[in-house]
Amino acid sequence: MSEETKKGFFRSIMDKIAGGESGAEESASFLDRLKNGLEKTKKGVVEKIDILLLGKKEIDASTLEELEEILLTSDIGVKTTVELVRTLEQRLGRSELKDGHALREALEEEILKRLLKHHTSLKTDEKHPFVFLILGVNGVGKTTTIGKLAARYTATGKKVLLAAADTFRAAASEQLAAWGERSGVDVIRHKEGADPSAVVFDACRAASARDVDILLIDTAGRLHTKVNLMEEMKKIRRVIEREIPGAPHETLLVLDAATGQNALSQARLFKESAGVTGIALTKLDGTSKGGIVIAASYEFGIPIRFIGVGEGIDDLRDFDPEEFTEALFQS
Amino acid sequence: MFDSLSKKLEAAFRKFRSQGVMTEENISEGLREVRLALLEADVNFKVVRDFIDSVRKKAVGIDVLQSLTPGQQIVRIVHDELVSIMGGGEDNSLNLALKPPVAIMMVGLQGAGKTTTCGKLAKYLKKEKRRPLLVPADVYRPAAIQQLKIIGGQLGIDVFDSQADDKPQDICSAAIRFASLNGFDTVILDTAGRHQIDDYLMNELAEINSAVRPAEILLVADSMTGQEAVNIAVGFNERLDITGVILTKLDGDARGGAALSIKAVTGKPVKFVGLGEKLDALEVFHADRLVSRILGMGDLLTLVEKAQSVFDEKESARLAQKLKKNRFNLEDFLSQLQQIRKMGSLESIIGMIPGMGKMMKQAQGDQPSEKELARIEAIIRSMTTAERGDHTIINGSRRLRIAKGSGTTVPEVNQLLKRFSEAQKMIKQLQKLGPKGLMKGMGGFGKRMLPF
Repeated sequence: MSEETKKGFFRSIMDKIAGGESGAEESASFLDRLKNGLEKTKKGVVEKIDILLLGKKEIDASTLEELEEILLTSDIGVKTTVELVRTLEQRLGRSELKDGHALREALEEEILKRLLKHHTSLKTDEKHPFVFLILGVNGVGKTTTIGKLAARYTATGKKVLLAAADTFRAAASEQLAAWGERSGVDVIRHKEGADPSAVVFDACRAASARDVDILLIDTAGRLHTKVNLMEEMKKIRRVIEREIPGAPHETLLVLDAATGQNALSQARLFKESAGVTGIALTKLDGTSKGGIVIAASYEFGIPIRFIGVGEGIDDLRDFDPEEFTEALFQS
Repeated sequence: MFDSLSKKLEAAFRKFRSQGVMTEENISEGLREVRLALLEADVNFKVVRDFIDSVRKKAVGIDVLQSLTPGQQIVRIVHDELVSIMGGGEDNSLNLALKPPVAIMMVGLQGAGKTTTCGKLAKYLKKEKRRPLLVPADVYRPAAIQQLKIIGGQLGIDVFDSQADDKPQDICSAAIRFASLNGFDTVILDTAGRHQIDDYLMNELAEINSAVRPAEILLVADSMTGQEAVNIAVGFNERLDITGVILTKLDGDARGGAALSIKAVTGKPVKFVGLGEKLDALEVFHADRLVSRILGMGDLLTLVEKAQSVFDEKESARLAQKLKKNRFNLEDFLSQLQQIRKMGSLESIIGMIPGMGKMMKQAQGDQPSEKELARIEAIIRSMTTAERGDHTIINGSRRLRIAKGSGTTVPEVNQLLKRFSEAQKMIKQLQKLGPKGLMKGMGGFGKRMLPF
């Protein structure tokens, strides 16, 4: 655990803003940071696999079965696990995999392949303003993710505007305003209980008028099964589309890394009704299972854009499949 | 999912239908399906393994009952076994019979729903004739203190005036003193979200615990949590010796298998479940109902109970009388509508009816939404008393006036009137059948919906 986290979330952010850590240092330590964040994930999946495969000269069916258990326990999901194990089984049948080491490499390869399948990076420079619509179920970290994104884009010299379209939860817009204050970013907000579409309308108008580069729209947490709330989402989208043609340019679904199989249901339903184009995976620092990231992206063809690997303001990073897999499998 | 589990089990057992006794071999295929179903419901892997073993032991050698297929019987054993693990029949009420003020500490990960649940619990306790004080002790998340203050304001419950630059330990101790001086008998401590592996923040909780000595330490857990639930539960339980669990966000489509894992590894009972964003969406936990949920059987009992607590008995009697005499008019329709809306959102009600979860997904387009209900209400409210009493007098110009008055269109008014007269006709037909006929009609319905 780093010094910063020990100081607590709030204070470490304040320190960061006051101290203004240099960018070079940050990127140099990024792999370490990611590794630290993923430490738990690694211990979960990889160490168990290592223990299982250590010194095994021959791979048999029961080893594969145990491997299946390990993958399942990592929230990778029944479908993906069965697929992975079946692929390994086939390769085993072709005598490609002789020992534990080869099997581990093959597994790494297969996982990377799945992560790369839908991976594309986000180009925020191509549109002006570039509009992010952030959504997800309750309590996954939408507002925090927006706070981090705002700080990040502000740091690269972009003009950012926040829209507090969560008018339902008590003090949600105050929470976003606190984040805005920290990065010196304007926040468009209405009273609690106001129509979120009205906030979005104002925000879109303001974004164009103020010549903003990035507009980040925060929405209320909604369970994907609530038809009326999903309809509200569609209305918000319609307003954005009307005000800024082509927007939202990125509809970002925020997923909590501790979520189990339900993340797949969230990904499916949010994609169907809100046209999700990317995933931000949060709270990856506290859980030992990173598995859902593979399943959610692979099964629904949604690229993973960002991962949150810590509580600091710059612990939200671009998702890099190679780096991710490397960190996951490094021993 | 239960439907599909039943079907899968049926298929697995079809070949053994002629056999009267369950053996190791003929149940293994079925148990594999049960195992997958539980894994898909996010029950922890180890818990599933132990569970399947115990079901196997129970099932082997049992005579298949005449009226059941082996598949149904396995499902029954699975169901009963799950209920007993979840502590069916155990006492899971709050232990508040101590010298006041009694403290309840809420702990959990970020985003589990602690602050909202604090509000719900305060409302619940107020209903139980206690005098709760809400204490915001989350000094880390921006605006968390304000959130609880707003919730307290909405509920008319006092909130301790914490400041974000105070230490959580000091806030909690001060709040207890404040409570005993001002006659509050229950203190609800809303702590900040934290990971169970965060030593610094876990120490903070341990310090609050030793300073305040709460009667209840409740772990607030998201029902969507996956395999990680075990680590979370063990982490918090080891440091704090929690007294119970509150399972949140069960109004979604999560199976809530995490609850089973938590109960299995800590032995601590689930005391409440959160079923929505509204502040009255908190219910006392019932093991059998959660098991039905895990297996996807719906939750009819909760619905019945909810209906009983909300429906005004006199009003219901009056309606029944009217139905009997076949004088059900739009006025009654409106009051019925309002009673239903008191039970919560339509979606949550429909979700509790077995089989409806699936149907809802299929028929997402044509089921009446909350909004539609509001529109119906507006239309009826725009009618005169005479019109409500006898809808046949509503002619073209009346329709136009009603549409204008309710901000709707004439076709919408027409549609409502058409639906209403259809409903009236149906009631008439049911009347003819009498109570027995009614049961017959419903019986077939129920049988199809419930697996045993």
